[in-house]
Amino acid sequence: ARGCGGGWRRAWQRGLGGLVPASRPPRVVACNARGGAVPAGKSGLASWIPVVGLEIHAQISSNSKLFSGSQVQFAAPPNSLVSFFDASLPGTLPVLNRRCVEAAVMTGLALNCSINKKSLFDRKHYFYADLPAGYQITQQRVPIAVNGSLSYSLCIDNKMSQMVTKTVRIKQIQLEQDSGKSLHDDARSQTLVDLNRAGVGLMEVVMEPDLCCGEEAAAAVRELQLILQTLGSSQAIMAEGQLRVDANVSVHHPGEPYGVRTEVKNINSLRFLAKAVDYEIQRQIEELENGGTILNETRAFDSKLGCTVPMRDKEGKQDYRFMPEPNLPPLILYDAKSLPANVNHQQVVNIDWIHERLPDLPSVKRAKLVELYGILPEHSFTLVNEDGLTEFFENVVKQTQMKPKKVIGWILNDLLSYLKQHSLTVKESPVSSFLLADLLNLLEKKEISASAAKQVFEELWKGEGKTPLEIVKEKQLQLIQDQEELERICQAVIDEREKE
Amino acid sequence: QVAAALKEGRVTPTELCRGCLSRIKSAKLLNAYITVAEESALKQAEESEGRYRRGQPLSILDGIPIAVKDNFNTAGIETTCASNMLKGYISPYNATVVQKLLDQGAVLLGKTNLDEFAMGSGSTDGIFGPVRNPWSYSRQYKEKSVPKSDSEHEESKWVITGGSSGGSAAAVSSFTCFAALGSDTGGSTRNPAAHCGVVGLKPTYGLISRHGLIPLVNSMDVPGILTRCVDDAAVVLGSLAGHDPKDSTTIQDVFQPFELPSLTDVSKLSIGIPKEYHAPGLSSEILSVWSKAADLFKNAGAKVIEVSLPHTRYSIVCYHVLCTAEVASNMARFDGLEYGHRSDMNKSTESMYAATRREGFNDVVRGRILSGNYFLLKQNYENYFIKAQKVRRLIANDFVKVFGSGVDILLTPTTLRDAVPYVEFIKEDNRTRSTQDDILTQAANMAGLPAINVPTALSERGLPIGLQFIGRSFQEKQLLTVAKWFEKQVKFPMIQLEEVKGHDHGVFQHQKSASL
Repeated sequence: ARGCGGGWRRAWQRGLGGLVPASRPPRVVACNARGGAVPAGKSGLASWIPVVGLEIHAQISSNSKLFSGSQVQFAAPPNSLVSFFDASLPGTLPVLNRRCVEAAVMTGLALNCSINKKSLFDRKHYFYADLPAGYQITQQRVPIAVNGSLSYSLCIDNKMSQMVTKTVRIKQIQLEQDSGKSLHDDARSQTLVDLNRAGVGLMEVVMEPDLCCGEEAAAAVRELQLILQTLGSSQAIMAEGQLRVDANVSVHHPGEPYGVRTEVKNINSLRFLAKAVDYEIQRQIEELENGGTILNETRAFDSKLGCTVPMRDKEGKQDYRFMPEPNLPPLILYDAKSLPANVNHQQVVNIDWIHERLPDLPSVKRAKLVELYGILPEHSFTLVNEDGLTEFFENVVKQTQMKPKKVIGWILNDLLSYLKQHSLTVKESPVSSFLLADLLNLLEKKEISASAAKQVFEELWKGEGKTPLEIVKEKQLQLIQDQEELERICQAVIDEREKE
Repeated sequence: QVAAALKEGRVTPTELCRGCLSRIKSAKLLNAYITVAEESALKQAEESEGRYRRGQPLSILDGIPIAVKDNFNTAGIETTCASNMLKGYISPYNATVVQKLLDQGAVLLGKTNLDEFAMGSGSTDGIFGPVRNPWSYSRQYKEKSVPKSDSEHEESKWVITGGSSGGSAAAVSSFTCFAALGSDTGGSTRNPAAHCGVVGLKPTYGLISRHGLIPLVNSMDVPGILTRCVDDAAVVLGSLAGHDPKDSTTIQDVFQPFELPSLTDVSKLSIGIPKEYHAPGLSSEILSVWSKAADLFKNAGAKVIEVSLPHTRYSIVCYHVLCTAEVASNMARFDGLEYGHRSDMNKSTESMYAATRREGFNDVVRGRILSGNYFLLKQNYENYFIKAQKVRRLIANDFVKVFGSGVDILLTPTTLRDAVPYVEFIKEDNRTRSTQDDILTQAANMAGLPAINVPTALSERGLPIGLQFIGRSFQEKQLLTVAKWFEKQVKFPMIQLEEVKGHDHGVFQHQKSASL
């Protein structure tokens, strides 16, 4: 079975008739790529199609904010990075940050979008303590990039032996301001406001509702994260709030229009994303099967309870009273053809220039690894997925005679599993690529056996600073090559046995 | 002239400053100033004096006392916008235009009175009370009014300055300063200039930085310049114009300050008289002055032709939609959290917002916010905001067509009539008054064009009447050249202020004449 049956659903939408293509069993359940059943409800009669659309906010990696010169920095003392404009002092005006525009163009190109050579800024109005001006500057009418796509991979089963590539369409990417942070101090009935984050540049990546389960959502976001990190347009660290996901979820019966959707806001880890989406799908199915209705509401994910709950502050539909931002002229971008002759290059952004300098995206990196080293696609997927692992692998390969195809086993089965067990990142590994290469060389030269090598690895892991050779000598793990010596040992064993 | 006097040492900056400060005190009744920055002004004057002594003045403006409308940010000096919302607010930064003036050595005397948040056409609706037109106390006005007992005359007969930059206009008109900054969104510099008999210049949108000007309508606001003669306006313009990286709506082109040539030959000039500016309610007096002015040009050899700006009559309605929409947006930041007034109500954030805004804003501001939010609602946006934007383009195109057909400058009245007494003005509400009074000035803001009021003649009641010239975008030099020629021809009389006595410095006498 191929994942969520999305292709099946799309076939439906094109009206190709028939509830179910003849060759496949009916899909009664919400998607689970592994084939495990997520119960569709008591009746189990009617099938449900979940629809998931993501809106991802990625903080732009830049020195200063989108419209002002104050610094961008995580975990600074409260209200220490706030310019007059950020605090909305009357009379201050926005000035567009060039680096943020470049980041958005890079990201748009990497996601196969059309870059709008002319885009506009708008004001989105609502009152909230963390929004000093009473409006957010965003791009509602004409965003900077539209109509792209993101390809991501999904494992069919747990063993990572079968990967499938899927695509989600990107509706648009828009530049907008981040808000400040408000902390509700219920004990003292007050709200504390920190404006350090107010005005930081965001790229909002809006995906079409092509996903259908938590796993797909997490995989797609993970791929986006890798792309952003490769480009450098965002560090995309979810734990630091640099990448936040809102998930729009609805369910419907095949052949019927889309159901009412809910929005689950501000999910800040991939794990929670998958859980929140799956929970919400399940909740909606149960609600509808029990004769209830789904409210078009905003919900939050309670990670402790593992469920979504309605958010108390955002009730009902808001009219944001969008209005063009009068203090910012339209943003004009150029390419090689349209670039005027006598212009100051500091003042313009050239799309082609940026395109030429795009680094290899993760998908390209993976393909190159497969080609260069003869490893499997699943292997390169894991290499690229794990921060620093590709580099580690390549360093080991450089320093050892062992074939990459064999090295990869040690990297993925031994090193990685040890790291995971101890919750360490590659950077924190007590075993360096140098040490591992050393060990593999011993193995390759047949100075030790494979099982001995595993023992040495375990020792190395303790990080006591010993070299593999030292450990081998210490534990007397060296393979004996000398024919005579071997004969002597065998003879000794035989003699021993004869005695018994 | 006073600059020359400073340079030659005939008068010192501190003398000048003190003279102005005492004049402010004696003219207190006018209520033109909200804040007088006596200490800092004297300090600036002393520093200027030092520079003159060393023979190193910073510019022609060095040592010149000026005043600034209280909707411009001034670091360390209260900026209130005549509103409870900002009463006591001390900004940490200077508006770019203020900074430029200070950098050139100008002496900042204080902040002038206005309608709250620049909303109004009378300078009557601020929390510090209305501004009185200095001409109320002129011999010219008193001579023409029906004789009554003195006290009754003053209290019921004093006339308004017009608005919303009434304080700045009155400050210049009553000789308390040599130039003042106002703002102009629908006529707020030109209107009070006309009523107070001073020059009021509205520059092209995008020429002068708005950074630090607390906005009314971002897409129409400009800093305005009020002076006693056109030459002075050109000098101040030269010191303020130019790209500001802090204001993305200023043009990038480098601005070349200019000295105004003294035009003698107007035969190559083509003056357009837009027939729509013969608006309903235009007093026969003003019509006659306007007509005489046209004749003046004609007789001097200029080509004077009637033109049409057909969409003029829609400008007020269009302005109401666009202005209120922007106001609703611009005022959203006043929530009491970061600065300004904060209500004691603290049951919840929302209730604090609501109480703060109710307490901080007057009816006019609140009314515009409500209207603006209505127009911006999703279901109304297309029918109101978008439609108004389209009409705006039509209005702007009217001017493009006319200027494209060979007309150099347009000549129109600035106001419908001369200044009315305060007691009469307040009989109608702010919105009604604004609707009436903005009609002749508003379209220039719609189109972003430069325009200037030049005091022309006195009315039958002895009050100033001004006429307006509207020019092509960024052609301030041409506009001011023509205005200067006109100013010379009409020889507008000097105000003979009766209240303010005893400080007639020789230089002040020199400066009073607008015809030099």
